[in-house]
Amino acid sequence: MRVNGSPADGEPRPGQCLRTFLREQGWFGVKKGCDAGDCGACTVHVDGVPVHSCVYPAARARGREVTTIEGLAAGQGPGAHPVQAAFLAAQGFQCGFCTPGMIMTAAVLSPEQRADLPRSLKGSICRCTGYGAIEDAVSGTARLIPNGGVPAPGEPAPPGTGPAGTTGSPAGQGLGAPAGPQIVTGAARFTLDLGPEPGGDAGGHLPPAPPLHLKLVRAPHAHAWIRSVDAAAALRVPGVVAVLTYADSPARKFSTARHHNPDDDPCDTLVLDRTVRFHGQRVAVVVAESVAAAEAGRALVRVDYEALPAVTSAAAALAPGAPQLHPGLAPGNVCASADRATGDLDAGFAAAGAVYQGTFRAQRVQHVALETHAAVGWLDSGGRLVLRTSTQVPFLTRDELARVFGLDRDRVRVIAKRVGGGFGGKQELLTEDVVALAVLRTGRPAQLEFTREEQFTATTTRHPVEVTVRLGAAGDGTLTAFALAVTADTGAYGNHGPGVMYHAVEEAVTAYRCPNKRVRARSVYTNTVPAGAFRGYGLSQTVFAVESAVDELAAALGLDPVEFRRRNLLREGDAPDNASGEPADVSTAGLGVIECLDLVEKALATGRGEVAPDGWLSGTGVAVALLDTIPPGGHPGRARVAERPDGGYAVYVGTAEFGNGTATVHRQLVADALGCAPADVLVVSSDTDRTGHDTGAYGSTGIVVAGTAAVRAARALADAIAARAASGAGAGAAVEKPLEADGFCDGLSRSVSAAAHGFRVAVCPGTGEVRILQSVQAVDAGTVLNPVQLRGQVEGGVAQALGAALFEEVRVSAAGVVTTRALREYHVPVLADLPRTEVLFCSGTADPYGPHGAKPMSEAPFNPVAPALANALRDATGVRFTSTPLRRDVVYTTLRERSSPGN
Amino acid sequence: MAAGGTGQVFPRNIVAAAWGHDHERAGADRVDLNTVTEFAPATEATWRDGDAWLGGGTFLFSQPQPGVTRLLDLAAFDWSPVTEDADGVAIAATCTFAELARWRPSHAAFAPFAALAARCCHALLGSFKVHNVATVGGNLCLSLPAGPVTALASTMDGVVLLRGRGESRGMPAADFVTGDGRNALRPGELLTRLWLPAASLSARTAFRQLSLSPAGRSAVLVAGRRDRFADTVVTVTASTPRPVCLRFPAPPTPAEAVAALDAQRPEYLDDVHGNAAWRAAMTRRLIGEVLAELAS
Repeated sequence: MRVNGSPADGEPRPGQCLRTFLREQGWFGVKKGCDAGDCGACTVHVDGVPVHSCVYPAARARGREVTTIEGLAAGQGPGAHPVQAAFLAAQGFQCGFCTPGMIMTAAVLSPEQRADLPRSLKGSICRCTGYGAIEDAVSGTARLIPNGGVPAPGEPAPPGTGPAGTTGSPAGQGLGAPAGPQIVTGAARFTLDLGPEPGGDAGGHLPPAPPLHLKLVRAPHAHAWIRSVDAAAALRVPGVVAVLTYADSPARKFSTARHHNPDDDPCDTLVLDRTVRFHGQRVAVVVAESVAAAEAGRALVRVDYEALPAVTSAAAALAPGAPQLHPGLAPGNVCASADRATGDLDAGFAAAGAVYQGTFRAQRVQHVALETHAAVGWLDSGGRLVLRTSTQVPFLTRDELARVFGLDRDRVRVIAKRVGGGFGGKQELLTEDVVALAVLRTGRPAQLEFTREEQFTATTTRHPVEVTVRLGAAGDGTLTAFALAVTADTGAYGNHGPGVMYHAVEEAVTAYRCPNKRVRARSVYTNTVPAGAFRGYGLSQTVFAVESAVDELAAALGLDPVEFRRRNLLREGDAPDNASGEPADVSTAGLGVIECLDLVEKALATGRGEVAPDGWLSGTGVAVALLDTIPPGGHPGRARVAERPDGGYAVYVGTAEFGNGTATVHRQLVADALGCAPADVLVVSSDTDRTGHDTGAYGSTGIVVAGTAAVRAARALADAIAARAASGAGAGAAVEKPLEADGFCDGLSRSVSAAAHGFRVAVCPGTGEVRILQSVQAVDAGTVLNPVQLRGQVEGGVAQALGAALFEEVRVSAAGVVTTRALREYHVPVLADLPRTEVLFCSGTADPYGPHGAKPMSEAPFNPVAPALANALRDATGVRFTSTPLRRDVVYTTLRERSSPGN
Repeated sequence: MAAGGTGQVFPRNIVAAAWGHDHERAGADRVDLNTVTEFAPATEATWRDGDAWLGGGTFLFSQPQPGVTRLLDLAAFDWSPVTEDADGVAIAATCTFAELARWRPSHAAFAPFAALAARCCHALLGSFKVHNVATVGGNLCLSLPAGPVTALASTMDGVVLLRGRGESRGMPAADFVTGDGRNALRPGELLTRLWLPAASLSARTAFRQLSLSPAGRSAVLVAGRRDRFADTVVTVTASTPRPVCLRFPAPPTPAEAVAALDAQRPEYLDDVHGNAAWRAAMTRRLIGEVLAELAS
């Protein structure tokens, strides 16, 4: 076999797939996304023919010429292939994990296939972009504007750009991601790409020796007590080094969820617990010289379980006499609860001219970041524990590992390389603890890579939530009463259980002005796969309910739903009221939600988009969602900006880049502050050795907090450089010592961002098909720092939300078993599934706290999508759909039931 | 689904286990087949327990195969993908979806079949990159309800040829698939080719398919054929565990066709690819559309 023009080193094993063989040869551009031929991240060419290398027998490639992304532009120079250039020009990527496979696929499309991208790309999954930028890349439509969007003298500014700072400032330009050239060439290094760094040694980011491999024995019961574990047979397997069980686990409990305040989440989890609380929970760890040996060992670990009665729904868990998951910690299986009221609810309903009540359900969904959870750990030359891991929160992971294993914080280092998507799923400590245990036990480097199946069965999901909304309004459309009752199923462990519950009843409640509010919420333990942080953090579920109810109430009053919202939405200058009676710590200065609504209404009024087919029903719907710009209670962020010995600057940020594009903006902000070209700024992120403590990438804080810290560091450095120049030092030929400066942002000052979505849909009553004819989202991101990236972020958020609204559902059986275990059983959107979404930016808003007036826009685009779709469906069919996903079969059967005689 | 075709003729229990009917295998992996110790040409091997015939591999490598210790590579037979004569068309088990989709008959009369074959190929959930590898034989032997080759072969009155230890046999393709992931293969038996009679190949054909998403896995697939003597065959797959073939000596009315369907008491699948009520209704709807197209 020849790979990229050179003979392969060695022969593949008889049962090996081509993907693992190529990666063993160091071709790390070949990514693992699903290992089932569904996602396309591993696409390579065999004798010029594109194949999914994860399902291609490596032995079949003997004697053939294999081309990976690294060899695509052979003879032309790295990245010189026209498709690679097109992906850069269109910024057809975000996290970049799917990109090599996407490019390898696009590079071989025939003209006929290019003309039918929905079919041609049905085996190519991107979870970040929403495919708009990918479609542009494949069709050769650039998104980056030459010269970064700065108009040539005498030219008007190109559409979609809005310079934030002074003329010519890099902040506000549609610049590309710094890692773009590495991503399109397959050189970008993700967690398990244990090869040399494209930019040279990053400083201790590679293990000193090939790592051992971990495989986890997982429980076949939803609730059980482990009587014993017999590892003797497993330990006899050649290559098995150790089998770790509950007897080896540190006794300190923790939460897999990571937050700035460690008390936000209940400490209910052990590295290895003797009690099993969900089907798929890890029970033992097999550590071996190879994956094959670890698997063989795992098959021989004998676990004797005493099965216990299980509760697999919130209702069952709350029933009197239900089995208790965490006795002592959570009586009655209640992980968290809240009960709040302001005003007089009864009086409010009494004064109402119309009242609507409905119960809504939002399902479990999975993040499906293309890069599965993975970590590799080792001891460095000083004996420190080092973890290289796919995480959004390296510092919080470091702190908790130190606590769990009883180590000083400075004896643990955590590094995140490029992270292949997160969406909240990597605000968890799911692999690092067992890897740390294996490293500390064996003294050797060790790694754990989750399979796609483990992602579904044993990581985390969005919380399934049931919401009852009761709204009342006076005849003139003024809300008089607002009651919300929320039950969230947090699964077997309480990671993010309280936080998601509180957030679910925050912006969904503050969004509307109403003197009388009542909120009851609870998060319930069940014997199911844990729910955790998911884009929107509880809000997508409650916003679905509230925005649906708002439409119904408007209809009951005979009012236009947009006008009804305008009359009642939170406005600039209002104090947000979450019904707690406590003063809000959130500013509404610069709130643009009404402008978002106006923009969407205007766009829908144009009737742009497709025409409804004959015989189909059609309708429009809108919904809005607010999002506080920073989680409550502070979110300390730190950055350091330094002069580089070779010229230019480096910005070290603590937060992680996981496709959210913060690195792009950090570079722009630092270049703006230092008055240099963006290309002169090197962004280095998420290494606990490089900056002081940083809370990390969650709560949409990458720009508003980490960006502010970067700006402050850069300005401090600029001051220091100016001072040095004024003192005469350093002005000569040689700079004696490079200067550096730190920046800090406490993240305590926060405000409100907003998004509004509008759909026009057609519904086929004969099949239940819902076709989106027009899709538009307007966002209040404050000052737009990078219009190209913001557009991509919104498109991606809408796409992920449409997946949850139309298709996706993690199914759990009555026995607590996750039955959707592969991407072919859990349909995430492909290009064929999605409309083009028009993305509009508010013009008149600037945030009082964010850098240059910017607001976050990572989570907000997700939240209004499902209710806007349900509202459009209601407009088209007259039927209110109260649960997601709005699958064709459900739409069809629901419409039939409603239209049949007697109903 | 990548599992368009692939290693075929697994013992049935492997297929069943691999398709998730046994969720007690918590923590199984889908990467390398680490139990496999030998990769051998199928031409030189005698079947033994632990063997799996390797077609394209797109299914075999997509799922755990805990009992498999040896892969027998069917590529070693070097069969011609599609051959034809006046009597009909033979499709080798190793013919890939891509080869079948781009095949053009030299007998002009077979053009309607080629068109239907291409549509069936595109009904596979797997991408065109899977088409480059996945095989016709693998798709039949995987015997999934949504297997588009099953639909094609049944509608065309195809015959599958099975080679066992010492004896070979043929059987109607419509009878080959006996359930969801189940078929008539005996242990060690190899499906070598699919033969389609000339009389079917020149018939007028129609094809309808629905899924929960525009390019998703088939939830209902109805294919139909009307030959020059007005004999009509309508085959339902994807919504039912195994093919339901409806035969009529003359073109039926939609009501007659639905009555014939109901007379067979089909069991409709109820899973992530669509609920049973919708599938039952869509099956009727698509039968009507197929009959209308055949009549036009």
